[in-house]
Amino acid sequence: MSALLEVHELFKTYGTGEAATRVLRGLSLCLEAGEMAALLGASGSGKSTLLTILGTLMKPTSGSYEMLGQDMIAADDKALTDFRNAHIGFVFQFHNLLPDFTALENVIFPTAVREGRETPAARARGRDLLSRMGLADRIEFPSANLSGGQKQRVAVARALMNSPELVLADEPTGNLDRDSANQVMDLMGQINREEGTTFLISTHDEKIAGFCRRQIIVGDGGVTG
Amino acid sequence: MLYALKIATRYLTANKAQTALLVSGVAVGVFIFIFMSALIGGLAEFILSRTVGDISHITIEAETADPALLISPAGHVLVVAERGRARTATLADAATWLPLIEGVPGVRAVSPQITGAGFLARGAQVAQVSVTGVEPGRESAILDLAGYMVAGDVRLGAGLIVLGRDLADDLNLSIGQTLRLQSANGVTAALTLSGIFKTGNGSMDSARAFVSLSTARPLYAMPQGVTRIEIKLDDLNAADATALRIRALTGLDAVPWTDGAEQLMEALNAQAQTGYFLKTFALITIVIGVASALLLSTYRRRPEIGIMRAMGAGRGFVIFVFVTQGALIGLMGGIMGAALGYLALLPFPSRDAFEPGTLPMDITQGSYGLAITLTVIGAILASILPARSAARVDPVTAIGQ
Repeated sequence: MSALLEVHELFKTYGTGEAATRVLRGLSLCLEAGEMAALLGASGSGKSTLLTILGTLMKPTSGSYEMLGQDMIAADDKALTDFRNAHIGFVFQFHNLLPDFTALENVIFPTAVREGRETPAARARGRDLLSRMGLADRIEFPSANLSGGQKQRVAVARALMNSPELVLADEPTGNLDRDSANQVMDLMGQINREEGTTFLISTHDEKIAGFCRRQIIVGDGGVTG
Repeated sequence: MLYALKIATRYLTANKAQTALLVSGVAVGVFIFIFMSALIGGLAEFILSRTVGDISHITIEAETADPALLISPAGHVLVVAERGRARTATLADAATWLPLIEGVPGVRAVSPQITGAGFLARGAQVAQVSVTGVEPGRESAILDLAGYMVAGDVRLGAGLIVLGRDLADDLNLSIGQTLRLQSANGVTAALTLSGIFKTGNGSMDSARAFVSLSTARPLYAMPQGVTRIEIKLDDLNAADATALRIRALTGLDAVPWTDGAEQLMEALNAQAQTGYFLKTFALITIVIGVASALLLSTYRRRPEIGIMRAMGAGRGFVIFVFVTQGALIGLMGGIMGAALGYLALLPFPSRDAFEPGTLPMDITQGSYGLAITLTVIGAILASILPARSAARVDPVTAIGQ
């Protein structure tokens, strides 16, 4: 395995002066390509902040971050946007689908926004992904009409649309019942095994973490285990 | 940016009631713009047609020759004036100039005339008149005499005269009756009343007489030439430029109607300015309406914008989505408002048939294309602020909402 991403001495402080809150304090981490890792830690331990920084949605106060050999700290907004589109997929706790679009339209969004239009190839891949998620009969459904579990599976399909090297999932099962949670985790595990996609899944649920081969514990602003 | 257009369209169709309300608001603004354009334009046309529609747009008059001056050896200035009857100033070479003037672009009609004062007598009744001798066939070249005829025929010939209704009534005249016309030069002619007109202009109807040029020549002792040439243009607003052109071409003193009509022009300009203000306010209303609605939409869709940004949508893409929404709202509202404006103006009489008591609306001056274009531009400008606001949405904060 080779290093997909590497962060070193990450610091992140919110606010200034007396109101300053230091969330990350010199966190260092290396993630190999093809890993399926769980990010564990108590609420407020900095899991979400770390995922946000790794997803290039936010820059750390200091520290270094390289992914696929590229410096993510020095890159400008345009470069990070393009990088994110091509190499990183997101799954959020509350699915965050576009409510006025169908399941298929949601899934193909990352490709369509890059291509400037919805290509037949993108639609075909979107259908395939939704079928693999067990949603073949929900392809043209308005996303607002789907159940919570179905929405989260659409969100997983969307995260995989551009075949990213890394999928960051922030409490992806936090809002699901046990069966739906297991289903979503099974799907992510299947994709990881079949396509070698790297998953970093933030959770405080030990059972969910059990689906992952590696557990990274975050505490006191750094990796503790 | 086909995909951004799809997103923009989807956002607009997702909440049909809100979009319909917004488009209706824009349409009302455009409707007001078009209504005001048609009203102000129609009013200007109405005023112009009523004030200068029946007058010469350019007039060439013979210049009275100054008396000769002699300087005596003693240093006195001596004025040499002809004793006896005053001679009427003459455009002796009018026949030469007429084809040239008629060839000037924009000239619709040219009317050489002999004008002068006279007395009209029938029995013991006498009335002072202003006599105009015109070429047969050009009676309606300047004043639409044919359109104002209420009795008889406008066609002038030797020994015929056409009078205003009030004058004919004052002298108890009817068609076919004979009367005497004595010119200011003291020449008298017996003429037959061949037509009576009524323009609605008191001074015209009570003191104006038309005869043929051949009838006027002996009356005013002008065997050749004319006293003035009146010119009608296709576009009365081109009078200044055309007069300059005629002056350069002929050397004659061509005077446009706008000379001495400064007050009228000022009034029309003031009216036009008022129209601009009202139309500007209508546009501002549209811009504010679109901007506030899109700002609201931006705020409501912040989480979605955050997701789009996280999925790799650039700031430019987000801006395009919201600006496109503004443009579509402007286009739909513009077309709807223009259509409503056109339909609302249809019942009004045409510009040539304005009637007293009705609004002088001119449906052709609705500025429909301009209204739609300005509305789209205004809506695009209005959407820039919300679009920039949307593009600045922090994905982390927005997704967390």
